Amino acid sequence: MMFSKTFVARWILPFACGCLCPHGFAQNQPSAKAAAPVDFTGYWVTIITPDWRERMITPAKGDYLAVPITLAGQKIADAWDPAKDEAEGLQCKAYGAPALMSTPTRLHITWQDDNTLKVETDYGMQTRLLHFGNWKAPGGAATWQGDSVAAWEMAGGRGRGAAESPRFGSLKIVTTRVRPGYLRKNGVPYSANVRMTEYWDLVKDPKGVGRIMVTQQLEDPEFLFRTWIVTFNFMQEPNAAKWDPTPCSARW
Amino acid sequence: MIKRVYSLRGGALLLGLLLISSPVFAQVDLSGLWGFLRGQYGQENGGGSDIADFTGIPINAEGRAVGLSYSAGSLSEPERQCQYYSPRYASTGPFALNIWSDTDQVTGKIISWNMGAWIDKDIVTVWMDGRPHPSANAFHGYGGFATGSWEGDTLVIKTTHMKWSYLRINGLQHSDMATMTQYLVRHGDLLSMLTYFEDPVYLSEPFVLTSVWQLNPKANSLRTSPACEPIDESDRLENTSIVPHYLPGKNPYANDYAKYYNLPIEAAQGGAETMYPEFRKKLKDQYHYVPPDKCIRYCCDTQDPSVKCIRDGSNRVR
Repeated sequence: MMFSKTFVARWILPFACGCLCPHGFAQNQPSAKAAAPVDFTGYWVTIITPDWRERMITPAKGDYLAVPITLAGQKIADAWDPAKDEAEGLQCKAYGAPALMSTPTRLHITWQDDNTLKVETDYGMQTRLLHFGNWKAPGGAATWQGDSVAAWEMAGGRGRGAAESPRFGSLKIVTTRVRPGYLRKNGVPYSANVRMTEYWDLVKDPKGVGRIMVTQQLEDPEFLFRTWIVTFNFMQEPNAAKWDPTPCSARW
Repeated sequence: MIKRVYSLRGGALLLGLLLISSPVFAQVDLSGLWGFLRGQYGQENGGGSDIADFTGIPINAEGRAVGLSYSAGSLSEPERQCQYYSPRYASTGPFALNIWSDTDQVTGKIISWNMGAWIDKDIVTVWMDGRPHPSANAFHGYGGFATGSWEGDTLVIKTTHMKWSYLRINGLQHSDMATMTQYLVRHGDLLSMLTYFEDPVYLSEPFVLTSVWQLNPKANSLRTSPACEPIDESDRLENTSIVPHYLPGKNPYANDYAKYYNLPIEAAQGGAETMYPEFRKKLKDQYHYVPPDKCIRYCCDTQDPSVKCIRDGSNRVR
C-alpha cells in the first residue's frame, strides 16, 4: 500500500497537524483572524455575582478574602494608601491585566490587525492587546496590561464532514511583564513577576446570547501562596449604548 | 519523471499518530476527581453567606420576600433534615466533582455522564443517549433530569425537573419550575463551568455563574449519598406546630449585612440591577457609598500559615 504525496498533503497532514502542530499547519498558515474558531468581537458586559463586595465596590482595607495572599502581600495591602497613589499618579494600579477581567466593566473587542485582538474596557479605559503568531515583545518598561501572547485551541469535530459544521475552540492567553499593581482596589498587590494564563470560552445561552467564560490562573511567587484560579463571565450586548468610559480612580 | 511516493511505513506512522492523538472524532474525557478551588465565592464557601446578602442575584420581589422569611431553624425540622441541595449548588458549593461515565457494553458509546453526590447533594445523571425530557408533570427529583450534548469540546447539560431548593445558603430559593443549562469545558487539569439558571417564579433574569475545579485524585468526594435519618435536634421543635420562619418585615437580621458594609439596603437585598457595572454609579451618586475603614469580618482565608487575619465573623485575628 502506497500513499501519493498529493494524498498525504490533502488528507493526512492537515489532520495530523491539527493535532500535533501548536500553531496549525505550517504551510499557508492563515492569520489568527481567519483561523478564529469563534468570534469574540463586539460589546460585552461583566456579570458580577460571586465576591460582589470585593469586585463591585471598593472593599474595606484589609479585606483579602479568597486571595491566597502571602505575609509579604498582606503587609503591602495593610499599608494601602490611595492618597499616596494619587499623588504619584498611580490611579491605574488596580486596572492592570491581572485584575482587569474581575472588575465591573464592559469590553469592546475588535481585531486591531489580522494577528492582534484588541480588548478595551470602559472601566479605567484600558486596552489589552492579545498577540497571535510569532509576535515578539518590544521590550522597554513593563505596562499595566503587560505582554499578552495568544493562541487558538481548536476543538475536535464530532464526525466526518467537519468542514461543513460549525467550528469550536478556545482562546489561550499568557500575560507577563506586567507593571506591579493591585489585584483589588483596596491594595491587595501583585508583583512584577506575576504570570497570568487565561482560557476564554464562548458559548451561546439558551436565548442565543453569547457568553464568554474566562478562566484565569495567576502565579505570583512573591504575593500569592499558591496559584490563584478564578473565573468570570461576560454577556454579549447588541451595541455600544451602555459603553461608558470612566478614567482610573484610586478610591472608587 | 519518477513520482515520489511515501512508503507504507511512513503513512502508517502518520495514521497511527492521527489515531492515537486526534481529538477529531473523540469526546473529551471529563472523568475523574475534580477538587473545587477556593479562589472565589469566598464567604459563600467559607462561613456562608450572611443573612440577607442577596447582592448580585437577579431575584424578583417574591424571591426577596421568601429569602427574608427564611430562618435557619427550619433545617432542624425533621422533614427538612434530609433535604438535599439543588444541582445548582454544584456551581458554588465547596464540593469536589466526582465525574464518571457509563458505557453501553455493546456499542461502546457513552450512555451517561454522572456527577457524584455528597452527604446533602444527590447524584446527577446526565443522559447522553438522546432520550427526551419527561412530561412537565413527571416526578421532580433532587438530582433533576439532565441530558447532555457536545458542542465542540464543550459538554452542554440541560437540567429540568428539579425539586424546590435553596438558591443560596442564606435562604434564597428556587422553585420546581427552574431549569438549568451548564457548559463544561476542560483545559488540561482544569474544568470550568458556566451555569445558566432560570426560574420563572423567583428570578427576573437568568442567574449566571462560572466556577472552576482542578483535577485532584485525593479530593474528598462521594459517588452516592449515604442514607439520612432525621432526628429531633431541638426540644422547641417537638411541638410540630412551630414552623421556623419570619413574617414579612419581621426578620431581625434583615439589615445586618447592609450595616456591616455600609451598603444601602437596596444593594444588599439584590435584584438584577446589582449585577451590572452601572450599579456602581448608582451607589456612588445616589447613595454616596463609602467603604468601611477596615475589614472586621471574613477578611481572609489564605492557607499561608504566616498570615494572621480575621477569618470568620468573630472579629478575632488568628
